[in-house]
Amino acid sequence: MRQIRNFSIIAHIDHGKSTLADRLIQYTGVVKDRQFRDQILDNMDIERERGITIKSQTVVLPYKSRSGEIFELNLIDTPGHADFSYEVSRALASCEGVLLLIDASQGVQAQTIANLYAAMEHDLAIIPVINKIDLPSADIDSAREQIENDLGLDSDNAVLCSAKEGIGIEEVLEAIVTRVPPPTGDIEKPLSALIFDAHYDPFRGAIASCRIFDGKFGPGDIIRFMSSGAAYKVEEVGFFRLFRDPQKVLSAGSVGYVIAGIKTVSDIRIGDTMTLDSNPVSTPQPGFKDVKPVVFSSIYPISSDDYPALVDALEKYKLNDAALVYQKDSSIALGQGFRCGFLGLLHLDIVQERLEREFDQSIIMTAPSVQYQFTLNDGTDLTVENPQYYPDPVDIQQSREPYIKAVIILPERYMGVVMKLCLERRGSNPRVVYPTPGRVETTFDMPLAEVVFDFYDRLKTVTQGYGSFDYEITEYRVSDLVKLDILVNGERVDALSLIVHRERARDWGVQVCDRLKEEIPRHNFKIAIQGAIGGKIISRSTISPFRKDVIAKCYGGDISRKRKLLEKQKKGKKRMKMVGSVMIPQSAFVSVLKTKDE
Amino acid sequence: MNSQEIPGLYIHTPFCRSKCFYCDFYSVASRAEIPAWLEAVRAEMKLYKEEFPAFDSLYLGGGTPSVLEERDLAALLESILQNFAFGADPEMTMEANPESLSPEKLKTLRDFGLNRISLGVQSLEDSDLKYLGRAHSAGQALRAFEACRSAGFSNVSVDLIYGLETQSLKSWKKTLDTILELRPEHISCYQLTFEKGTALWKKKEAGRVRSIGEKMEAAFFLWTSRYLQRRGYCHYEVSNFAAGREFLCRHNRKYWRHVPYLGLGPSAHSLAVVPQPRRWWNVKSVREYCRLLGEGKAPVAGWEFLSREQFDLETFDLALRTDEGLDMAALKDYPQSQRVLAQWQKSGLVRLSEGRVRPTRRGFLVADSLAVMLAG
Repeated sequence: MRQIRNFSIIAHIDHGKSTLADRLIQYTGVVKDRQFRDQILDNMDIERERGITIKSQTVVLPYKSRSGEIFELNLIDTPGHADFSYEVSRALASCEGVLLLIDASQGVQAQTIANLYAAMEHDLAIIPVINKIDLPSADIDSAREQIENDLGLDSDNAVLCSAKEGIGIEEVLEAIVTRVPPPTGDIEKPLSALIFDAHYDPFRGAIASCRIFDGKFGPGDIIRFMSSGAAYKVEEVGFFRLFRDPQKVLSAGSVGYVIAGIKTVSDIRIGDTMTLDSNPVSTPQPGFKDVKPVVFSSIYPISSDDYPALVDALEKYKLNDAALVYQKDSSIALGQGFRCGFLGLLHLDIVQERLEREFDQSIIMTAPSVQYQFTLNDGTDLTVENPQYYPDPVDIQQSREPYIKAVIILPERYMGVVMKLCLERRGSNPRVVYPTPGRVETTFDMPLAEVVFDFYDRLKTVTQGYGSFDYEITEYRVSDLVKLDILVNGERVDALSLIVHRERARDWGVQVCDRLKEEIPRHNFKIAIQGAIGGKIISRSTISPFRKDVIAKCYGGDISRKRKLLEKQKKGKKRMKMVGSVMIPQSAFVSVLKTKDE
Repeated sequence: MNSQEIPGLYIHTPFCRSKCFYCDFYSVASRAEIPAWLEAVRAEMKLYKEEFPAFDSLYLGGGTPSVLEERDLAALLESILQNFAFGADPEMTMEANPESLSPEKLKTLRDFGLNRISLGVQSLEDSDLKYLGRAHSAGQALRAFEACRSAGFSNVSVDLIYGLETQSLKSWKKTLDTILELRPEHISCYQLTFEKGTALWKKKEAGRVRSIGEKMEAAFFLWTSRYLQRRGYCHYEVSNFAAGREFLCRHNRKYWRHVPYLGLGPSAHSLAVVPQPRRWWNVKSVREYCRLLGEGKAPVAGWEFLSREQFDLETFDLALRTDEGLDMAALKDYPQSQRVLAQWQKSGLVRLSEGRVRPTRRGFLVADSLAVMLAG
């Protein structure tokens, strides 16, 4: 066990986590150079394209240290986004140390701090690593200062590297073996293994990634998941070496995988403790919780004929993503579909993109919503995440919405615009600290609903990319909520309804009408778009008709050519949804909440 | 599908004195290949005389058929009449341009039974004519019209173009008023379009000319329609007006109602409706056309079978371009069309009566989008 090190890399987005992982893998010779590709742990196309890690991966790095000892370093890669903070926390619970990566030109950012706190909660050894030191804009001294002042860490211990250029990689590895403590645990005690990840293999079913704290187990053993009570017979255990390397046994201190005939990833709960059915441990590993979705949106097929295909695609998708929850939903405007719950907006984006790309579905997603609470006059409590189910206003005694603590770190010169943005979004109780000169860390209480859509984009825009943002959900607060309905040519389009705060209702109404005016193409008749609360119209816009689209001459030689033109238009129309006699493009449903760039 | 009606014959003469700036019909400005073309057309007639024995309309189009000399015209018409039968009272039209139409040619046409001239006047303002690249003056056009009357043509159609940036509503009215004094039996008023590849289109791409914009185009269209209707012309197709229903162009109406037609000559299109709708078109090159026919082959460049869906889409579009409109029975497989129709009726784009959807004046202007929405 003395030769094992379990560690993660944590960083703000874009600070070079995947690149550093790549270099460590290359340096330790896990893959030959010619088999190498960038972002080797990121298997999904979407991860490579966006340069983010969605699904964590684990790999064992064999390393011969300067002192001549042979080590097995378990790199537990973590998803790099606040949506997946629970998964990150479980990965960290499986480690003894972390590399806290900081971009030498950008310094400490909001997620750096959130990650640091998470690592501290698990009492991990923290090795600050200053990355991208090769960049002309790198400011190592300032990064050191921020490590001291923002993070309260000893900056003398920071390792300097450039993952991209391969500079300082050995120093990083040496720091891991010297500064991360070896795992502790007792191989003779009852099995206690923490599940920190699960993925799906079409041939083997769901595969759990776990860290063994005490005990040992291997093929043939009956294991039990402590939260669900489900028992499985182990088929295979082993280590991750970019491929699965089967072992006879996994024992205390190590990190590996378990295959046990588990059907779907939903049967494996991240954070659960695995023990032996024959000799169970008395208490599970701490920190387990059920992950609940916070953002909700409905998915509809563009053509109702494609509904069965969508059912099939969601079932298949769900095999590999336990965090997505969904149930049947139907809309007068859009027909049969599903109400889905997501961990956050990135998660929503990922689901949408993968359904379209990997499952070839043409879908419409409605504007995201959070979960609201209502207490009715008769005393019943109601949870509503779908504007369609907003209760009759006369019955409502009290309504509440979820609030977050939003942390924003930014250069001081943007303080004014960020303050304005947050106040516009109903931010309150601002707290401001100045950890280092010129930099501001500000904290707001804000309704989650105000950030679920484009808050982060807006923040990036107003701070020219320098602002960083992190949040956690804190509580439900009493709030005066109304339902904003959207009427297109007098007909209510239920899929466009929103639950909004009363004081913001007019702004939203105006914005949605304006956005729809841009999104809906001109028709050959006039289209009126109205926002209404109850029966009262609060905003409107009009799409003027086009006057002329006809081609002057149409004789023998023109007809085929013209028909081809019309067929093309007809095909374009297929990407639109007919609501009454108005064609609404797919993108309109979700973009209504997007504010325009000024 | 109109398989019961008698087909029409079209012959494409791909020669012009010069290319007009706006025109995208296939033609060449050299007349050197006329003899070879004439021989080839006669050969092509032989290929189809069994399949298409009889017609009740003939349309000599182009290009500019009036550039043919009398003897070539005579040879062409003689072959047509030798190979094909035209029943009692056929409609026989030739397109002509003022600069190449002579009393002698008109007499030849009369001698072979032609009874309708479609005269390319376009405008009576010389500035417009220059803008369009026409090879004649306003005066020549008026004289040519008189020549048609003198030669005994009692059915003359005049082609006009409007919506030019050189034109005002006032100057357009002046052209129309002068034409109306002549009482032509038929007037085609074409909105100027910038067809891709034409000289005018290139000028527009280069920013040297521009369109008058959707709003003005619509205004010109609506005004023209109203004005001519007040003067007793029926607006029976987007661009066509007739002095009475007996003067609707029989040949062109075949195109709009899927009545079969045979097109001979380079780039000409044909339609057969049995056993299944099929369209084919000839090569767009005089040389290639002559070569293929010289080898005894049909000069066909391509063909297509029309699927039910394609046929319907064409039907909707073509029908909604005419004042007869669309038989609602054609919509029975398109249930979603009902809501759309109701919306249009409310918006004043169509009238629903006697089981037909008839476009209003404003409906004519958006006929293409009407068809697409009906087709679902």
